Amino acid sequence: MAFPDRIERTVEIAHPPAKVWAALTTAEGLAAWFGDEAAIDLRPGGPARMSWTGGFTAEMRVERVEEPTVFGFTWPIYGLPEDDPRRTYVEFTLEPAGAGTRLTVVESGFAQLPGDAYRKAYDGNTDGWAKELGELVAYLDAAGR
Amino acid sequence: MPPDAEAVAEQVFAALADPTRRAILAALASGGPATATDLAGRLPITRQAIAKHLGLLAGAGLVTAERGERRRVRYRLRSAPMQVAQQFLAALARDWDTRLGALADHLDRDA
Repeated sequence: MAFPDRIERTVEIAHPPAKVWAALTTAEGLAAWFGDEAAIDLRPGGPARMSWTGGFTAEMRVERVEEPTVFGFTWPIYGLPEDDPRRTYVEFTLEPAGAGTRLTVVESGFAQLPGDAYRKAYDGNTDGWAKELGELVAYLDAAGR
Repeated sequence: MPPDAEAVAEQVFAALADPTRRAILAALASGGPATATDLAGRLPITRQAIAKHLGLLAGAGLVTAERGERRRVRYRLRSAPMQVAQQFLAALARDWDTRLGALADHLDRDA
């Protein structure tokens, strides 16, 4: 069984790099094809966010800005709990190709594990809701006394 | 990917491939810890069959048995292996093909 740590795609787009760059790096551009709403502070370390109707929101962090050739950001791994520290890195590379652009996207980091995930996956210690509810019950019991 | 994580994910997928085990996990997820007898009352399966599946699920680390007398042991769901499996599913679900198609369409419309 082999799972991808890295996803890579290259597409040819019939528009010049400057236009593709704007679609990738502005709130207006991102909201037009990627999210339903978007906000971005375009500088390394700057926050960005996309949200979709239905309530899902991705908090991103801008990592690389080299106009108009490289744009990189990290974002959470969909499906993992909100407080999970794992994030994947997405990097777009734009190259002129005739009158258009050769756009490559690489997303990497799916196979990473936080330090204790492997241990947790096997460990008999359970926590989560059962523990939280236990603490709530203990708190209410103490308060009622 | 460490081979151990693959092994964890493989066990999750193998467990989920069986409809009875999916039903047991779903019952524990929605209703909380339960004994094999509780589960037999809720699912159209014998207690013996449930006990067998619970043993397999415990071996895979997907449920854990709480202390108790035999027949009154409660099983609870363990989410950690699911989270390992989820990162594999996340890689499959990213769907850059659809997204890049949407980008090209957007730029064409805008032109």
